[in-house]
Amino acid sequence: MFAFLYNPDRFMAFSRWAAPLFGAIAAVLAVVGLWLDFAAPPDYQQGYTIHVMFIHVPASMMSLFVYLCLAVASFLGLVFRQPLADAAARAAAPLGAGLTLLALVTGSLWGKPMWGTWWVWDARLTSELVLLLFYLGYMALQAAIDDEARAARACAILALVGVVNLPIVVFSVDWWNTLHQGSTLFAPSGQGLAPVYVPPFLIMIVAYLGAFGALWLVRIRAEVWRRRANVLAVRAAR
Amino acid sequence: MITSLAIDRLAVSRGDRVLFSGLSLNLAAGQAVALVGANGAGKTSLLRVIAGLIRPEAGEVVFTDAADPVAPEDARSRDLHMIGHQDGLKTGRTAWEELLFQVLWTGGSRASAEAACQRLDLRRLLDLEVRKLSAGQRRRLALARLIASPRSLWLLDEPLAPLDAERRAFAGVLMREHLDAGGLIVAAVHDPLPVEARLFEVGA
Amino acid sequence: MVLMRRELALSWGRGGGPMLAVAFYAAMATLLPLATGPAPSQLAVVAPGSAWLALALASLLSLERLFERDYEDGALDLLALGPAPLELVAAAKCLAQWITTAAPLALAAPVAAVALGASTALMPLICITALIGGLGFCFCGGIGAALSLGSRRGGLLIAVIVLPLFAPPVIFGAGAIEAYAGGLDWRTPLLFLCAYSLATAGLGPFAMAAACRNALS
Repeated sequence: MFAFLYNPDRFMAFSRWAAPLFGAIAAVLAVVGLWLDFAAPPDYQQGYTIHVMFIHVPASMMSLFVYLCLAVASFLGLVFRQPLADAAARAAAPLGAGLTLLALVTGSLWGKPMWGTWWVWDARLTSELVLLLFYLGYMALQAAIDDEARAARACAILALVGVVNLPIVVFSVDWWNTLHQGSTLFAPSGQGLAPVYVPPFLIMIVAYLGAFGALWLVRIRAEVWRRRANVLAVRAAR
Repeated sequence: MITSLAIDRLAVSRGDRVLFSGLSLNLAAGQAVALVGANGAGKTSLLRVIAGLIRPEAGEVVFTDAADPVAPEDARSRDLHMIGHQDGLKTGRTAWEELLFQVLWTGGSRASAEAACQRLDLRRLLDLEVRKLSAGQRRRLALARLIASPRSLWLLDEPLAPLDAERRAFAGVLMREHLDAGGLIVAAVHDPLPVEARLFEVGA
Repeated sequence: MVLMRRELALSWGRGGGPMLAVAFYAAMATLLPLATGPAPSQLAVVAPGSAWLALALASLLSLERLFERDYEDGALDLLALGPAPLELVAAAKCLAQWITTAAPLALAAPVAAVALGASTALMPLICITALIGGLGFCFCGGIGAALSLGSRRGGLLIAVIVLPLFAPPVIFGAGAIEAYAGGLDWRTPLLFLCAYSLATAGLGPFAMAAACRNALS
């Protein structure tokens, strides 16, 4: 049943219909979600900036989710020696980094009207920043090792080390933030979200998931094609 | 103690290139095999697969001790010597310090290291820093390690290349002694070995 | 095994490793007031934190040599074919690194911090946190060093991989010092620091050995 996960041909067949489907679902949901979001009344406390929340919070949740996907793919690639899993991990990294960057930028945009500065070192944003560093380190390692199989394995080890470290980092940043109480308190969303906001919020989350799924599948397809093209080119050169 | 080595339908690839497949080789105690083949055919890779440093795509390497199989990790960590193109000697330390470490690390003793130096005529070099040694002298240090730490299987990658004719002959004597004591030798060479060895072509 | 550790410690003990690290640290401690201005009030506030940060950066220095040299001259092959598993080899290297660079740095750190305006009462704690944190830095750094074996970019790559992993010990170590200075509970962060360092020392070698095997293949 899960043959499409490790057999490249079955995967290609699966993703041919799955990717556009996810993309379409994502597009529809995004439109619906954003429309509901803008139609919702402004928050009594945060005014119109609440709208940014619908983009920011799902982005930051997704950035963590993508890292988890990357770690799982890395694990499968490392333990079962599946090149498809390696390709999946490699493909997910830039998507995760992009999402993290989106979360940071929208977080900053959200914060400016509220705190008056473009950046504040609160627990969540700082953890996002460290997550971005994890992604960047992963991509840097990937780019620095020439041999593809070796690069994939080294990155897989790094991803697993990272996924173990991530909770520790989040915990330590959280602790650090409580130590330095003097900084502006930032009320995180998701804490008592008014009921009128919940449906668009959930829709946006699913939209993000769909978009990620579609993009990830497309990127993995591109990886598979690239490798096949490489093999053919090497063979032709003999 | 490894008494025989059996390689069964080994397939190895480096990157996307398949070096060889379906390679089988059997070696018993007291036998030597010389690997020959073109440059890049996979001789070094074959040695590294036996040593466990590279994982093969298919096939297996089996070590046995008088009909009982030996776990590969045990065989590789206790009963195998490998001399590659590089010698692993730290340039800033003296020859004696490095040799002693390598001998102790591979299961020899201080006394055996001294005896090996004696046999290979290395005493004059011992206080020199490794960076001052020539390629031939470094190779003799590696050979000293071979005889100072007794291990059954010798994997040699072009062992005689930096040595002159006289020292090559002496290396042949050492190999002969090793084989007579029940050891095994697998050597990748471009020139014939100074001991009688079966020829095996890699990458044919 | 004991032998191995002795040999490795000897290897690193020579060649000016500790002196280099201490010199770098002194240089950073000198640059800091040059950057921020010599006003004692300003300096004193950042003194413990920046002394700790400089410690992290100085640990990065000698990391590149940790595995790379053995990888380049073929010694890693020999180490992989020895009686001890590669995990122990990796652990021994990091421990030797810790002893030869973190220990001198742990002595230099309080001096630097005081020079930057921290109170002398903090000195023992700075020394202890530097020692414990140094263990975490060495083992985390070892992971980065092992992963970037055979890559083209060496030192900078190691730093990029490893610095995010340094965040927890930096937080806990500096936090412990600041808490002590402020009269708050300093034992908790110190315990977290110990926990982190011990965890990396225990688990790090597995990642390092896997990375070394990957590089050798």
